[in-house]
Amino acid sequence: MTHTHDHTPITVPDGAPGYYEVMETAMQELLAEKGLIQPAEVRRQLEVLDSRSPLLGAKVVARAWSDPEFRERLLANGRAACEELGISFYDDTGLIVLENTEQVHNLIVCTLCSCYPRPVLGLPPDWYKQKPYRARAVKEPRSVLGEFGTIISPDVEVRVSDSTSQLRYLVLPLRPAGTEDWSEDELASLVTRDAMIGVCTIEAQERKVQ
Amino acid sequence: MKTTPLLEIASADGEEPVFKPGDTVIISTRFPVGHYRVPRYVRGKKCLIEAVIEPRALNNEEEGFGRNAGQKRHYYRVAIPLTELWPGYVGAAADGLRIEVYETWLEVAQ
Repeated sequence: MTHTHDHTPITVPDGAPGYYEVMETAMQELLAEKGLIQPAEVRRQLEVLDSRSPLLGAKVVARAWSDPEFRERLLANGRAACEELGISFYDDTGLIVLENTEQVHNLIVCTLCSCYPRPVLGLPPDWYKQKPYRARAVKEPRSVLGEFGTIISPDVEVRVSDSTSQLRYLVLPLRPAGTEDWSEDELASLVTRDAMIGVCTIEAQERKVQ
Repeated sequence: MKTTPLLEIASADGEEPVFKPGDTVIISTRFPVGHYRVPRYVRGKKCLIEAVIEPRALNNEEEGFGRNAGQKRHYYRVAIPLTELWPGYVGAAADGLRIEVYETWLEVAQ
């Protein structure tokens, strides 16, 4: 195969499963053998997980920006408002939606493990699950935000929410200026996963020609 | 029309929240064996009750050990200033932490 660019060789694992992979498969086979779970149930659950992604969260945010009454319901009870849009909470967690304002910037973390609003955002990014982010987000949030390119004015309060148990959090970012007449779909296209975790804000962008 | 509750009803232990928003409480300094969902960095810290979380929830720490009498209590969303958590905190004085803590881990501040 000919190459026109340089890079370090891409290595493919040799195919031997690791320790945890073996344990996982053994556990799954054992549970199925005992009749406690069916392989189809595992497949179905993967389908549930795969159907969740930041696109859902973006739709929730865009709706809240466009519909003041929905926004109110979302801030009062995040889970119930998301359920209105058909987003089910298959893990039976509650959801608190944290509204960013000119005075408060919210950031979410799970210092103990990797609690994340999976029903609305899907699986968390790797850095969210790793120790440096988990330890530092509660200790030096402004440095962490700076590393994501987010500088929060000293006049603005940084509020860190640590999820520990049955509640999950979702940040409702500030709506960028100049988007007053944008449609809900256009607004949703601006909303990123990182903004809903709170590690960045959403900057005004040029409107795409429809 | 709002219905007035009947006065003769007594509530069972755990049904009504012990604390209310605005109360100052202390997160217990305890180190039981096992997995407890109260991070060590907040134990012993003074905090402000911001909200009572409804509905009540099972004590999942007891549940994790198979001990559950079906009793439920409240979680609270509490606020702690970051300057109180970390001596020498670099940032704004208003910066704060919010965390949910189960009722059995909260004590009345003296």
